[in-house]
Amino acid sequence: MAGKTVTRAQLAEAVYQQVGLSRSESAELVDAILEEISESLVREGTVKISSFGTFLVRHKGQRIGRNPKTGEEVPILPRRVLVFRPSQALRARLNRGRG
Amino acid sequence: MTRSELIKRLAEANPHLYQRDVERIVSTVFDTISAALERGDRVELRGFGAFSVRQRAARTGRNPRTGQEVHVPDKRVPYFKSGKELRERLNQDA
Repeated sequence: MAGKTVTRAQLAEAVYQQVGLSRSESAELVDAILEEISESLVREGTVKISSFGTFLVRHKGQRIGRNPKTGEEVPILPRRVLVFRPSQALRARLNRGRG
Repeated sequence: MTRSELIKRLAEANPHLYQRDVERIVSTVFDTISAALERGDRVELRGFGAFSVRQRAARTGRNPRTGQEVHVPDKRVPYFKSGKELRERLNQDA
């Protein structure tokens, strides 16, 4: 694994190169995509991007945890967690040309 | 929300863009993330979350129907960890 990190800036650069909008508008659209996904997850709990994957919100019930330092029992409150299920296409892409 | 609904919402919010440009923008973003993961790179989107690649070791599985042992080769799987801001937004009212 190469260990490089891709950020919003590189996504905006790719949009700039591929679509030909200005750099600032490309950056705004990358942010708009992530914001639409976030809002939908808060509102509806699922976002399905074909050939990429599905984001879904899972509800976790309350359970008893323990402070590892003191051993004291503390309740872990019910909460929502986000999981990503990669599509078959993305899974296959990561293992392409192997085995 | 699906990919096509995402495109529709972005097109409505950006009436000066052609629909085909919006489609292209959405494809470019997800293709760029996928290509990075294929190279083994991390994708860190501050406030939203981070995608990374995890290595799964080879193992011996079993065909649940026949009970026969099968070799499952090692593989790479995409992994996503939600960002702090998004996690907080999901739990705001909780």
